[in-house]
Amino acid sequence: MKMENRQPIIRVRNLVKKFGDFVANDNLSFDVQRGEIFGFLGANGAGKTTAIRILCGLSKPTSGEISVAGFDVYHQTDSIKRNIGYMSQKFSLYEDLTVYENIRFYGGIYGMTFREIKTRAVALIEKLGLTRYRDTLIGSLPLGWKQKLAFSVAIFHQPKIVFLDEPTSGVDPVTRRQFWGLIYEAAHNGITVFVTTHYMDEAEYCDRVSIMVDGRIAALDTPAQLIRTYGTANINDVFIKLARNPGLIPAEVQI
Amino acid sequence: MNRFLGFVRKEFFHIFRDKQTLLILFGMPIAQMLIFGFVISNEIRNVGIAILDQSHDVVTQKITDKILSSGYFLLEYKLSSPDEIEQVFRGGKVKEVVVFEPQFERKLARTGKANVQIIADASDANLANLISTYTTGIIQDYVNRSNAVNPVPMRIVPEVRMVYNEQLRGAFLFVPGIMALILVLISALMTSISITREKEMGTMEILLVSPLKPIQIIIGKVVPYTALAFINAVTILLLGNFVFGVPIQGSVILLLLECMLYILLALSLGILISSVTDNQMVAMMLSAFALMLPVILLSGFIFPIENMPLILQWICQLMPPKWFIIIIKSIMLKGAGIGYIWKETLILMGMTVLFLTISLKKFKIRLE
Amino acid sequence: MRTILFLLQKEFLQIFRNRMMLPIIFVLPLVQLIILVNAATMEMKNLKIFIVDQDLSVTSRQLVDRFAASPFFRISSRSFSLDEAGEAMERGKTDIILHIPANFEKDLVRENRAEVQFLFNAINGTVAGIGYGYAASITGSYNREIIAKWYQIPKGVIAQQSIEVRPSFWYNPELNYKVFMVPAVLAILVTIIGAFLSGLNIMREKELGTIEQINVTPIRKHQFIIGKLVPFLIIALVELGFGLTIGKILFDIPINGSLFVLFVTAAIYLMTILGLGLLVSTLARTLQQAIFISFFFMIVFMMMSGLFTSVETMPNWAQNINIINPIAYFMKLVRTILLKGSGFRDIYHDIIALVIYGIAMLSLATWRYRKTV
Repeated sequence: MKMENRQPIIRVRNLVKKFGDFVANDNLSFDVQRGEIFGFLGANGAGKTTAIRILCGLSKPTSGEISVAGFDVYHQTDSIKRNIGYMSQKFSLYEDLTVYENIRFYGGIYGMTFREIKTRAVALIEKLGLTRYRDTLIGSLPLGWKQKLAFSVAIFHQPKIVFLDEPTSGVDPVTRRQFWGLIYEAAHNGITVFVTTHYMDEAEYCDRVSIMVDGRIAALDTPAQLIRTYGTANINDVFIKLARNPGLIPAEVQI
Repeated sequence: MNRFLGFVRKEFFHIFRDKQTLLILFGMPIAQMLIFGFVISNEIRNVGIAILDQSHDVVTQKITDKILSSGYFLLEYKLSSPDEIEQVFRGGKVKEVVVFEPQFERKLARTGKANVQIIADASDANLANLISTYTTGIIQDYVNRSNAVNPVPMRIVPEVRMVYNEQLRGAFLFVPGIMALILVLISALMTSISITREKEMGTMEILLVSPLKPIQIIIGKVVPYTALAFINAVTILLLGNFVFGVPIQGSVILLLLECMLYILLALSLGILISSVTDNQMVAMMLSAFALMLPVILLSGFIFPIENMPLILQWICQLMPPKWFIIIIKSIMLKGAGIGYIWKETLILMGMTVLFLTISLKKFKIRLE
Repeated sequence: MRTILFLLQKEFLQIFRNRMMLPIIFVLPLVQLIILVNAATMEMKNLKIFIVDQDLSVTSRQLVDRFAASPFFRISSRSFSLDEAGEAMERGKTDIILHIPANFEKDLVRENRAEVQFLFNAINGTVAGIGYGYAASITGSYNREIIAKWYQIPKGVIAQQSIEVRPSFWYNPELNYKVFMVPAVLAILVTIIGAFLSGLNIMREKELGTIEQINVTPIRKHQFIIGKLVPFLIIALVELGFGLTIGKILFDIPINGSLFVLFVTAAIYLMTILGLGLLVSTLARTLQQAIFISFFFMIVFMMMSGLFTSVETMPNWAQNINIINPIAYFMKLVRTILLKGSGFRDIYHDIIALVIYGIAMLSLATWRYRKTV
């Protein structure tokens, strides 16, 4: 990796987030490089969603130094929002609007011009094979299509980074594979992808993964390196090994 | 049976965990009682008036003082010309203008007659009627006192007794009304929303595949609200009795039984609503607007049914609260026994059975 | 500005795509106006009166005839037995019992004084009170008639002074209750749309999770809130116009004031009430909770606003509470503008109060909004 002298697009140092006494994120530090697909792995409740919400400017960290796309999460959330896309865990398109209306709405609020919206929406709908369903209400589409569409809408305004919070939960394996196709395409076009998941097999699609256990980063590296380090067959076993043996978790993870 | 009890416990738990909703459920009847008890009355207080005295003599001054010292009226303006009347009315503070004609005292002394004109702002018809009656009464009283030397011959003296409610207390009317309103709101609105919520969230399916029978599920859903509604009924009765002095002349047991019957009726209505729709918002709209309005308007709670157009009077017959209010009033105020109200009781029972049958049918159809 | 246009477009699409919305907007006002206005009448007609005339003299019969001729009373039954009359009242078959005791005429002539007894079913104190007013005035006028007849008094001779009180009722000379109710119903309709629909709309986005998507976009707080408020503001104003038209056609309510003043006032009021609805939606956690909170305040505010009974009949503390009751302001304003034709100059203090209130609510809601997310 020859990225050392490049400025990371996401820079997190000593991120702590507490809810009362409960520590959701315990001293996280990591960098995400431009154009990377960065995976955030962990069981439910490990603190993934909390971290992603802080990076998107949806909630304020308790302490730590965090910058996203070169902007500070404490004071420059508006600038951050202009440069990111986000797809939340809950399905987030309007079920009572049609495919085209949803695209037009999100394009519009990111300040795209009418002509831009029109030409790119047509192209997008065609690419997803939804031309026949352009004027169908989202609510009546199958879940897999909705998810793909939600992702496409999240990057419709060509953000620098897209955050995906468990984008594939509840989707069948075939659709998941297609979905990852879309993610690769986005990365190829220069969009940094930050994705959380609890499907361990998906981790192997990422350039680098960080594994979260109980609010802390237990390991962070390329999937191949992680498998080598822990001497397991796949990422899933790495995760199980870490979760079962907290002793293996280093005090400070090398970034 | 154990399973069933467990289910009922879960339902109670759901309700009692949500403190805000609970607060509103118990606060609602109390707040409403207080509003009706202390706020809504037919006695006027501090009504803004203006006086246009074109005579400025001793008599007009005396009458003015009498009007202002009655406690009913507050002097907002003293006018000097009739042209100002329109203007003060438009401002909204003044509800009545008292106009004394010129040379009032002289006319009264010479011809024994003088005119006072009361101009009331009748955009509020009731208030206008009330204040003009009050003012007329005050002036008439002044006249009677100054005439006291010469009593009227051949007097017909109306002696009046206000039966059932000697002091004309509003509470006698609103306590039964609020009971009818609150019990329907809590029972029907809450059950329908709670059942549709379960449908919307998909948890109803899970319950239906469990070994619980559908009828057990419905009863389990309904039991906590029955308890809640019953507590509310008792609260209203206690408040009515101790705070507002509404007596309970008849049998308390009969009264509570009738309340129970009415709660069951409202619950079956709630179940019916939830069997019609799967959507919380729709259930809310149906319960709120289909139940609230009729209960307030068409039950004789605020507005006497006798004065309504015939078609509306017919619709009123279909309103369960109408019958409930009759029953409650008869037991509480007249001390009537079941002999007087069996007809109304039967009507309520009939309605309950009808609603339950329809909703059970609907429920079964959905299952098959 | 462009962002707001996109927000508005989206809101309108969603509102009109909801099957429930059109009925709520157009059927609800119609039904409410017709039912409320017809049901909500305090005018007394046809009070049932039970006659127990134990005298059966000319004088007593004439008195009874006066009641029979009055539009306010309807003789439901006659009997000699007071017990029978009492029984009828117990069963709710009569509202009033007029009892004329034996020797009524004789007493009147010999003793110069005779008693008649009225028994009112006073469970509804209002009805009893008004009924008593009518009964007393019929009896009184009959009394004057017989005095005049017996004594053949020429006018002006008697040493009695009398002050004639002539009431006149402006803006509604026939004391038509409908004229009073229609503006009130309009105010309620506008309130329901404003307070309920907007707040619940935001709650729905919260429950569905779409609000989170909005929050990561560069949409600014005020843009989002304007996007949520304006559609309901417009719908409520359309509703007002629709209701006004129905009121004019069906009930011929007077529209004395300027419609411009009315709509501007309504728009200002809506800012307040929309702000309140918004505030509730930022405080509530679930849709169910929001429904209950809104419901509770709606009922309390409505009852205290002078919807059915005048604010002037409330105790001082309640009148003071109305300072924070937006519905009370609007109720009053709608009535004065429509019926009395008040202009801005007459009502500016209330308008200013509403403007302040509205600004306070909206800022509070805007301030609270992001914190809950």
